[in-house]
Amino acid sequence: MFFVNEIKKSLLISCWFIFLTFPIMVIRINPYEEIVDYRWNNLILVGVGSFILSLVGRAVQRRREKIGQNDTDQTAGSTFRIATKMYVPLVALSVLVICCFPFVFSTYQTNIMTTALIYVVLGLGLNIVVGLAGLLDLGYVAFYAVGAYSYALLNYHFGLGFWTVLPIGAGLGALFGILLGFPVLRLRGDYLAIVTLGFGEIIRLILENWNDFSFGPSGIANIPRPSFFGMEMSLQAATIYIYFLMVGLAVFTVFVVNRLQHSRIGRAWIALREDEIACQAMGIDKTKTKLTAFALGATWAGMMGVVFAAKTTFINPASFTFLESAIILSIVVLGGMGSILGVIIAAFILILLPEYLRAFSDYRMLLFGATMVMMMVFRPQGLVAPRRRCYQFRKTDDPAAGIK
Amino acid sequence: MKPILTVDKLSMDFGGLRALDRLDLEINTGEIVALIGPNGAGKSTFFNCITGIYLPTGGDVYLTPPHGRKKIINGLKPNQVTKKGMARTFQNIRLFTEMTVLENIMIGRHCRTKASILGAVFKGPGTIREEKEIVEDSYRILVKIGLADSVNMKATNLPYGAQRRLEIGRALATEPFLLLLDEPAAGMNPMETKELDDLIISLRDEGMAILLIEHDMKLVMSLSSRIYVMDYGKKIAQGTPVEIRNNPKVIKAYLGTEN
Repeated sequence: MFFVNEIKKSLLISCWFIFLTFPIMVIRINPYEEIVDYRWNNLILVGVGSFILSLVGRAVQRRREKIGQNDTDQTAGSTFRIATKMYVPLVALSVLVICCFPFVFSTYQTNIMTTALIYVVLGLGLNIVVGLAGLLDLGYVAFYAVGAYSYALLNYHFGLGFWTVLPIGAGLGALFGILLGFPVLRLRGDYLAIVTLGFGEIIRLILENWNDFSFGPSGIANIPRPSFFGMEMSLQAATIYIYFLMVGLAVFTVFVVNRLQHSRIGRAWIALREDEIACQAMGIDKTKTKLTAFALGATWAGMMGVVFAAKTTFINPASFTFLESAIILSIVVLGGMGSILGVIIAAFILILLPEYLRAFSDYRMLLFGATMVMMMVFRPQGLVAPRRRCYQFRKTDDPAAGIK
Repeated sequence: MKPILTVDKLSMDFGGLRALDRLDLEINTGEIVALIGPNGAGKSTFFNCITGIYLPTGGDVYLTPPHGRKKIINGLKPNQVTKKGMARTFQNIRLFTEMTVLENIMIGRHCRTKASILGAVFKGPGTIREEKEIVEDSYRILVKIGLADSVNMKATNLPYGAQRRLEIGRALATEPFLLLLDEPAAGMNPMETKELDDLIISLRDEGMAILLIEHDMKLVMSLSSRIYVMDYGKKIAQGTPVEIRNNPKVIKAYLGTEN
């Protein structure tokens, strides 16, 4: 009975599709011979195709709902323990791949990988703001630009080196994060998104139009690559050097973000995301918590900006458009809000896939869009759903003694 | 006995609507006080005003810690009020649903701990010790409210009554000397109400003062030492349960009169 119902529904859907696509898929007017073609084949194709797709779509939907119901019975950590079994060999393998990569593949490949690593760090940084604290920030690229221009300009005017500017860029990023944070303290959700979007555009427009300060749209060229104790390096050596530098920074970021998210401050961010009023009523300073989230998120973007400028040796405002913010945000959403592993995987997928799909470059954006839509339909929590830390207590009468 | 909470002529206007009208209220150490009144009388508004979620338009609120001096608290932010030692629960449960049960309690410990960003990143001995204390203290509270078996469960998956108790536990984690409960028994079955009853009494026996808004008259009459009755933002009666039960004004507010 149930099955018949499903078939009825799908039949109805396919009828609608046939009706709606009839004028474009079936009728063709041939102006030269002044006749009207009826392509009945197409009608059958549309009908059968939409019928099958709708059946499959609903079957998948139902399965997912069923799984969802089972999921609610589990405690937060039950699936986590299975994953830890494969943990050690997986980490060993990835360390091996990461170390060998630049020596096996060409400079071009290494460059792409470095870019992907930059986006890993950017994603992890934005993950603090969007994933943990729940503040939708659409102007994240502004901090990236701040970092890049701080290196370019400080180097141009004062000749400061990469290693000096790296912490300065991070600091400036944090400062701008707080600057953005103050006016948007009272905003939430859509309104916050609009203001941060505006902030991102303001920074880009300033860089584009304030010629005396930033050299306008023509940008800044000849930015030196990072130095290694003052040694001169060939282009290839420099590429490999930046690659390993980025690996180091990415590991550092993962370490710090991981520590933060399981700390007192990380918990406060998540509480803020879950319920702002309850969070405040439980004694958490909303202002301070929001500002630290903005500042810490922007710090990574500032740092990555410096690396980006050093890597490409040329920057102009065109590198810091809204599209960049959108891509970084997509990384966070695709990977799973608040999940470190998810963000790393998503960054590699979103940055590497378009590079390796250059053969189909005409369809790249189409694929990109389709993937995002599919994700939202079938796995809205992201590739890797974030898991909360579990605690083990021994059952004793004295609870204080029983903590592992 | 000196009062630990003193509310003096508290008023709250929303535009032209006077939600609270020069309300006076006092709570002494270790007593359970109930605030009752028909729906829309302004009870929850009163809670929101004294905990800093709303800024009252008139009057003052003073808090006197057991070993401290009387301090004015209106105008403070909710988190500062909580830090001063007055914690609350909400009428519609407001747990951090995606966090585990233990983490919900751990959030309550936030204002009594002080690990900074650098502390969190470097994880020095001080931070590790503090983190361990947070976990231990939180677990102890879970044992007290009877949720020790669901430590790692997501808060949203708890049964209704347990969610209510978890919210009380979360408030307890902030180490209050005055606990405000906004309709803690709403929607509970008789057994859950009984458990809540026991929990509230055990808290009072530990010396905590409790102010509760409640519609369950059996609970109110059996627990509270004094009752305040509100209607249309005004206090219409106050006294012991026996006095309140026989007060004609209260009966009129709840049941109405002929003519």
